[in-house]
Amino acid sequence: MGKKYANLVKNAVGRMVPTEVNGQTQVPFQGVGKHKPNARKYEPKISSCADFPEDGNKQVASLKEALIKAGLKDGMTITTHHHFRNGDLVANQIFDIAKELGVKGLRWVPSASFPCHEHLIQYLEDGTIHHIEGSMNGPLGRYASYGKMKGMGVLRSHGGRYQAIQDGELHIDITVIGAACADMFGNANGLFGPSASGLLGFALADSQYADKVIVVTDNMVPFPCSPWQIQGNYVDYTVQIDQVGVPEKIISGTTQITKSPDRLLLAEMTAQLCLEAGIIKDGFSFQSGAGGTSLAVGDYFAKIMREKNIKARFARGGSNKYLVDMLNEGLIEYILDGQTFDLDGVKSMGENPNHVWTSPFTSYNYHGKGNFAGLVDVVILGATEVDVNFNANVVTHSDGLLLHGIGGWQNCLFSKTVVLPIPLFRDRIPVILDEVTTLCGPGELIDVIVTERGIAINPKRKDLIEKLKDSNLPIKTIQELKEEAEKICGKPAKPEFDDELVAVIKWVDGTIIDSVKKVKS
Amino acid sequence: MSPKIATAGNTGKKIRSDCFVTLELKDKGGIQIEQKSKVEVLYGKANIELCKDVLSFYGIENAQLTLDDKGAVSLIIAARIEAVVKQLIDTDKEYLLDFIEENKYFSEKDQLRFSRLYLPGNSPSMMLNAGIHDPNGIILDLEDSVAFDRKKEAQLVVRNALRGINFYGAERMVRINQFPMGLEDLKYLVPHNVHMLLVPKCEGAEQIKELEEKIVEIQKQHNIERPVLLMPIIESALGVEKSFEIATSSENVVALAIGLEDYTADLGTRRTNEAIESFYARTRIVNACKAASIQAIDSVFSDVGDMDALRENVKVSKGLGFEGMGCIHPRQIKVIHESFAPETVEIEKAKKIVNAFIDATERGLGVVSLGTKMIDPPVVKRAETTINLAINLGLISENWREDFLNEQAS
Repeated sequence: MGKKYANLVKNAVGRMVPTEVNGQTQVPFQGVGKHKPNARKYEPKISSCADFPEDGNKQVASLKEALIKAGLKDGMTITTHHHFRNGDLVANQIFDIAKELGVKGLRWVPSASFPCHEHLIQYLEDGTIHHIEGSMNGPLGRYASYGKMKGMGVLRSHGGRYQAIQDGELHIDITVIGAACADMFGNANGLFGPSASGLLGFALADSQYADKVIVVTDNMVPFPCSPWQIQGNYVDYTVQIDQVGVPEKIISGTTQITKSPDRLLLAEMTAQLCLEAGIIKDGFSFQSGAGGTSLAVGDYFAKIMREKNIKARFARGGSNKYLVDMLNEGLIEYILDGQTFDLDGVKSMGENPNHVWTSPFTSYNYHGKGNFAGLVDVVILGATEVDVNFNANVVTHSDGLLLHGIGGWQNCLFSKTVVLPIPLFRDRIPVILDEVTTLCGPGELIDVIVTERGIAINPKRKDLIEKLKDSNLPIKTIQELKEEAEKICGKPAKPEFDDELVAVIKWVDGTIIDSVKKVKS
Repeated sequence: MSPKIATAGNTGKKIRSDCFVTLELKDKGGIQIEQKSKVEVLYGKANIELCKDVLSFYGIENAQLTLDDKGAVSLIIAARIEAVVKQLIDTDKEYLLDFIEENKYFSEKDQLRFSRLYLPGNSPSMMLNAGIHDPNGIILDLEDSVAFDRKKEAQLVVRNALRGINFYGAERMVRINQFPMGLEDLKYLVPHNVHMLLVPKCEGAEQIKELEEKIVEIQKQHNIERPVLLMPIIESALGVEKSFEIATSSENVVALAIGLEDYTADLGTRRTNEAIESFYARTRIVNACKAASIQAIDSVFSDVGDMDALRENVKVSKGLGFEGMGCIHPRQIKVIHESFAPETVEIEKAKKIVNAFIDATERGLGVVSLGTKMIDPPVVKRAETTINLAINLGLISENWREDFLNEQAS
């Protein structure tokens, strides 16, 4: 795989990043919208129907057989997807098989990993897996943080993952797509069956560009599996197994509106800000994540819209019960959904033509002819840290541990207004710093920080400052907020890091915006 | 032999913004500090320095101190260490951190008291953010929410909170314990700008007198002149019968509150949502308060999940003549404020009446009339109260009459 990393240079946001990672040459971040590769997209091999069964039946007996037929061997790149979230039963099986077959040095590229994948640490230890390139949630992130992974972690946004595959930065040998429903030809969707999770958007690029595509399901239906969110024409092998996911764990744990009074206050302030800034108006659009605070923001939006008889043209999902209720109530005309977080979302997507499934290609890919994220009027996002220049971090904690993925966060920064409701401090840990530990999003794209003790508007957004100049909302400078937190919590010491790097953070265009240092153990 | 090991504070999976401290006095070996902190990277060194400073302040030279920290701020860690020290050595010395400038404001006798948020005195996690929810008052509670064996450590937490936690303008109240312990609480409160004391299970004027004597004694020691306001809580049948006596027992008694849990227990009945069983007590207390020209404050509403029921409850309460209510959850505050606030029609009517009164006074007329209707003085008084309340709440401007007259003219 070549060197873990080499040749550090300072990028356009002043961060030291390597220009070689896992043996591949890298481009340091050049600035927003600056890097435009003058090249052709990646070319998958041409297939021929002559090589596939005439009756269309591509089903093989087991996942093991499929992997062997797909030519699984040392050093390959295997990809999986996180539609089953913490209930995923597919990824672990792939590497159990690889271990059994004695295959070594694999690169695993999940669209995200979850605590259920802690099982794979043993394979990172014994060399079955060389390294992970993908968002790491929880135990795997902790493992990587202490520098135990042989290769570099590469974290990409959902849009960045599509871009990397499309642009040929990320060549995939075998992709395994776990689907709630499929037919023997390989058509698949996430809508129906015991492991229903809604859609399969994260697997789209993999199906289009991987050398070999395997679809695994526990709900094999006779042809045609409709709708075909994944087109069987891309698929090499199909497999039926007992269970692809654990239903109760597929449902995300965060899809309840927060009960915390502090967070509800944050959400209420955020909604009030959007109202006073003139963002909530007839025909507007919004995106609010699946976290408890974000859900509450959606709920306050709904209240305001009901009171003032305002309708939104569309909302971008992560969909959930609350968003579906708004759709059914007529408060929003369309949900453009990237992933469904609960069964209400899954059901609605299956039944309501205005609940539309999207993919990272339509929503987020920066190397396309536009994408939907830029069309959204306001997006509500989270962050672990923000700095006085409005740069934000979503992957590491203040102690340096890499515990979260990027998700669609970076991609959403291209919305017309980006609002981050975050508590000023969490259990004494101030959230606003002089400099973020890891820079995931440049401050020029982040417009408003809402904290329970005040709201900071990016000085670049003169229009917002003007609109809110007579507001009763507590508008302060970001510096004032930072000082207020330090007055309450005390000035935090700077965490010490090892000089060694353990991961890089990709920007939406494939350049490297920051690197993650090893945590001192 | 006196004990050599002491503990204070809270620990456990759900505990946040607090710490648990164990101190063992030794004969030799100097100061040994062991720290386990979830914020060690950011505050580990500062915590150790603080531990050393407190121990050295009390002249402790040989000891083993264990700090199990869940993200407590300095003033909480300091209170916890002081608590363990005071269990092991006999001292009156107080380890005081800065009294922040933001906490040096005062309250007024007749200020708005729609809401007061109860904060358990030994649970720091709720204190830091209490003020951001904008209650009229916060109550640091030393009484029922603190376990008997934790009373002393809670006194130190509350004292440090009064000095160092910004409550953003809320009236700074403390519910003291029943006597005699309640009198012991005072030295941790009176010198630290407590605005108001809530006196639980109050049953007579002599209790208030005893309390005030002790308060004055402490005030003299600290050269404090501004009086501490009092809100006795009526929680028994006897207390209800004595409510007027209590209401008029001191000029510093500015409100009476009713505590319905204990009162209904005293009656030998059950507390219901309809509250028929406490109707007499509530009206009796309102009447006593009005007779004494002080505020009548209602009990807390304990179903924190049901905001609609709370709204209804406040309407009834307001209808009976109460001017405020306790809160046990921050989300209740807004509902209580909205429901106690005068409604738009009330304000508009009050504007007309007050305007007519001012008009009549300016023209030297003895009789106030609105159209063909005569307005009695008590109606004017009520309208004035409504207008002042609306101004206080920011519902109308202080110069409302200019706008009113302009509107009339146009």
